[in-house]
Amino acid sequence: MRLSLFEKIWRAHQVRPPALGAPAVLSIDLHLVHEVTSPQAFAELARRGLKVRRPERTLATLDHATPTSPADAQGRPPFADEACRAQAEKLIENCADHGIELLGFGSGRRGIVHVIAPELGLTQPGMTIVCGDSHTSTHGAFGALAFGIGSSEVAQVLATQCLFRHKPKSLRIELRGRLRPGISAKDLALALIHRFGTDGGTGHVVEFSGEAVRALSMEARMTLCNMAIEMGAPSALIAPDETTFGWIEGRPRAPKGEAFARACARWQQLQSDPEAVFDRELSFDAGTVGHRISFGTDPAQNAGLDEPLPQPEGGKLRRAYEYMGLEPGKPLRDTPIDYVFIGSCTNGRLEDLREAAKVLAGRRIAPGVRMLVVPGSEQVKRAAEEEGLHRIFLAAGGEWREPGCSMCIAMNGDVVPPGKRCVSTSNRNFEGRQGPGARTLLASPAVAAASAVAGCLTDPIALQVEAAA
Amino acid sequence: MSRKAFTRLAAPLIHLPEPDLDTDQIIPARFLTTTRREGLGPFLFYDRRYGTDGTPRPDFPLRPLERHGCAFLLAGHNFGCGSSREHAVWALLEAGVRAVISTRLADIFRGNALRNGLLAIELPPAQVLRLARCAGQEVLIDLLEREMRLPDGERIPFAIDPFARYAMLRGADELDLLLELIPEIERHEREREAEHA
Ligand code: SF4
Repeated sequence: MRLSLFEKIWRAHQVRPPALGAPAVLSIDLHLVHEVTSPQAFAELARRGLKVRRPERTLATLDHATPTSPADAQGRPPFADEACRAQAEKLIENCADHGIELLGFGSGRRGIVHVIAPELGLTQPGMTIVCGDSHTSTHGAFGALAFGIGSSEVAQVLATQCLFRHKPKSLRIELRGRLRPGISAKDLALALIHRFGTDGGTGHVVEFSGEAVRALSMEARMTLCNMAIEMGAPSALIAPDETTFGWIEGRPRAPKGEAFARACARWQQLQSDPEAVFDRELSFDAGTVGHRISFGTDPAQNAGLDEPLPQPEGGKLRRAYEYMGLEPGKPLRDTPIDYVFIGSCTNGRLEDLREAAKVLAGRRIAPGVRMLVVPGSEQVKRAAEEEGLHRIFLAAGGEWREPGCSMCIAMNGDVVPPGKRCVSTSNRNFEGRQGPGARTLLASPAVAAASAVAGCLTDPIALQVEAAA
Repeated sequence: MSRKAFTRLAAPLIHLPEPDLDTDQIIPARFLTTTRREGLGPFLFYDRRYGTDGTPRPDFPLRPLERHGCAFLLAGHNFGCGSSREHAVWALLEAGVRAVISTRLADIFRGNALRNGLLAIELPPAQVLRLARCAGQEVLIDLLEREMRLPDGERIPFAIDPFARYAMLRGADELDLLLELIPEIERHEREREAEHA
């Protein structure tokens, strides 16, 4: 056979092939639900008198609009406003009505959808996974076909566990070489988006392959697949290997004992065949990547710290410079910053927090800089606290928050004020993403932490050199 | 949840040439704290239409929409990228936008649009340029004939996914169609579960 990994997963889930102009019908293994994109879908079910067909394949959590400050003395979470509270209450009610498991307040397992499903061991190779959220591509790191959907589709999956789907095209990106020491998957993702553009993957499922990918940890693979949507690709895939199996083994919802061995034998098959054909193939040398920081208002507008920023060729970049308060011709290094946000489904996992803590240990953030460290889940928070990472963040002068999306999307009251610059480990630097007029600079956890200490854009090495001088 | 779209409609063409206008621009995240589909129209492009102090920005060209109550949007490349929020489509529709035309529409946005009866059309750059010269004028879109008619009589044909077109013309609904397939879906699930047992 000459099938790609994508083709194998697709075929296994195709309930019915495309016929008479209708797209294929695809069966969904796991449906993740959160408070912001689901209420209209549940309302649609109610309007039609429908029930959730496979509640056991559905998992809900509260993340997007939930507060990251601790609950009050009565145990009530301090929602930013009544609308946020109502949205959370609606999800709690909908889950109770339909028998859906909700990892809500007090569950000890609440967190960002794309952080909690993998850490529970629910995200497994070969699955189809959907969520009303574009960063569902994250789960592709495990060799699962995962993509974001709209609320109408959320209703369809709730009611039928299926979707109509035109088959996307396939794109393989071979990542040659190895990342240099200190360079992270975030830098790599930004470099790829810079090279191939915000629409370089539109209409395609991207499979990342090659030596550089094999060397990545699961957390790093998730960061890479997470950002695929910023290149326009609704799904990314990485073939599962020993790293994947090792990460899944022993997780609460993963298969155990015999069943795990059988699952691994099945997962081994989830590779693109050597002769597999892709609609497009690209290649990229990961060994050339340095730290990348976004300077504009889309994730492709990013540069190395010492590169002079490009001259604007069109109105778009000119507008971006104006919005960001930056100038072409100058490098990003030493640009003053006001906020640092460490968290999100891109970089809110334990490994990311360790990276940041390594830089911050024994240091303090610059006066005038406000730093929020927001773990991706309650589990990440506990694990970080067991290692004492929270003490490093607090001693550095940062804030150690409750889990959630927080400043990545600024729906919950964690907002960057107009005109302020925020170095953020999240995934989108769109105008207003972190609040109206907020200026986002996307970066890795290490660069974000180093910049917090310096009070301006810098990298960990420069910080060391300065300390030694 | 397909809504019946129009079969033929004449409306003014609004040109928003800026590329990569993402769904955070179409409807900023802070307006998503709602449990309803309705009520989003007034917040369409909010931060582009209003400054951070709330004063209107006269340079943002949505005026024809306010005047006519409906319009077609000729958007820049890669319109609707970013977040999957269907709220972007609900806001566009509620504000009166009935079709979005671009050299490229982001995947999730395009699906959301068609599913709600918002016509989503991709055209080659030359034809988008041709259309751009009609900005502010009334053009006609004929979904039955799959063509646009410009004020000077020129016709621009467009392709559209036949399934989406069928659904839009009939008001047919993907969820209803899927519900009819439940026996087939059950059979597929049983087979797969047996394989994995
Ligand atoms: S952390 Fe940000 S990108 Fe990730 S799911 Fe939450 S809002 Fe979306």
